[in-house]
Amino acid sequence: MTSTDHTDVGEQHLEVRLRVNGMPRRVELPVRRTLCDALRQDLGLTGTHVGCEHGVCGACTVLLDGEPVRSCLMLAVSAEDHDVTTVEGLTEPDGRLSPTQQAFVDCHGLQCGFCTPGFLTTVSAFIEENPDPTPEEAREAVGGNLCRCTGYQNIVASVLRAAEIQKERATESTEGSDA
Amino acid sequence: MKTPKFTYHAPRTVAEALDVLAEHSTDAKVLAGGQSLVPVMAMRLASPAHLVDINRLTDELSALEVDDAGVRIGALVRHARLERDEAAAARVPLVGQALRHVAHPTIRNRGTTVGSLAHADPSAEMPTVLALLGGHVVARSVRGERTIDAADFFVGPMESCLGYDELAVSAWFPAPEGRFGTAFDEICRRHGDYAMCGAGVVAVLDEAEQYVSLKLSLVSVNDVPEVLDLTEVVRGTAYDEVDHAALGDWVRDRIDPPGDLHASADFRRHLASVLTKRLTREAAARAITTTEGARA
Repeated sequence: MTSTDHTDVGEQHLEVRLRVNGMPRRVELPVRRTLCDALRQDLGLTGTHVGCEHGVCGACTVLLDGEPVRSCLMLAVSAEDHDVTTVEGLTEPDGRLSPTQQAFVDCHGLQCGFCTPGFLTTVSAFIEENPDPTPEEAREAVGGNLCRCTGYQNIVASVLRAAEIQKERATESTEGSDA
Repeated sequence: MKTPKFTYHAPRTVAEALDVLAEHSTDAKVLAGGQSLVPVMAMRLASPAHLVDINRLTDELSALEVDDAGVRIGALVRHARLERDEAAAARVPLVGQALRHVAHPTIRNRGTTVGSLAHADPSAEMPTVLALLGGHVVARSVRGERTIDAADFFVGPMESCLGYDELAVSAWFPAPEGRFGTAFDEICRRHGDYAMCGAGVVAVLDEAEQYVSLKLSLVSVNDVPEVLDLTEVVRGTAYDEVDHAALGDWVRDRIDPPGDLHASADFRRHLASVLTKRLTREAAARAITTTEGARA
């Protein structure tokens, strides 16, 4: 990280290196820029949505080294040398929707879609940690994410379905490698 | 909702961080997990001229040590890591019992427990736990290091006794002595919200299953965590002969909670009484039925 002179702007800028969806990125930005603003404005990754900007709504949730965090509560400069996964990075390498993404389609887990990126990142990490959740655990897992239009029933169903799809695909790939 | 301008410091050693804090003193603020500080800055309730980001000091501040006497955590131990630590849960169960109520899992992935102590929010769980267990915080500055007991650490709402040049480097949560059981719960409008009222309890029983001591501390009731000692009320009484509802009344008559948008003072008194009744029974039952108090 190197400091650069931006006296004309009257504000300290830094160059930050981080990995976003597996790609090394280098970006120069004001030190007060949050990670969500850096992703959207500096890296053009507008899949991450900015809702309340104080950690309540969960729309901006991204994965930092695989764990869900609020990107509105993190300075971009603090993400230096870390791995960030946004909703754009969730699809499988072959372009197929991830289990969580597919489950939200199957179960009508989204309507307007504003909150969806935060749900997808949160749930993707959750089913890795808990591959066989109970309905209650599924509900708890999305407790920190607000949705104002779809309704939570379909979202909870999507969480459970995501875990199922993940298991189905694991079986498929095992059978595939046996063949 | 953007933070005011500040100068950012990313020290590579604790010594370097302390130098920056000493140099800028009242104008500087330490950034750890940022789950409270960043929104406070975004809402312009705080505007430190210098931000000292300690997140790169993992070599010096990430230790999580559990021994027979208790749990010590460095300033960069995130809530989620402490919550998942099985050794810590076995030795000081109250810590994990309370951490499950700290905001949401996503916040706990980033927020630090020591940061929560330094933030000293009267609605926060971990200051209450530190006070109830009689733990301490270790603070370091260029002037040296000092150990601050929980009873002295919290001086007002959102205010600890940390000096402007001091960094809270670790916290110590001691295990209760003897055959103990603990319990923690809180009542919120929605799970994960700030508690209208919360409580932690530590019960210690002897071999005859009679109370040796009983202590309780409340969340969202006092400006600073206060420990209520119910020992005199129950000492020498068998745990199953205690009138838990009467303990609730005892607590209700001794607190003076604030009333606000979320709950009136009377409602908070009622919640404190209900939580006392439930949790004293639960803590005592755990001292009997689980091995958590079985200290060799």
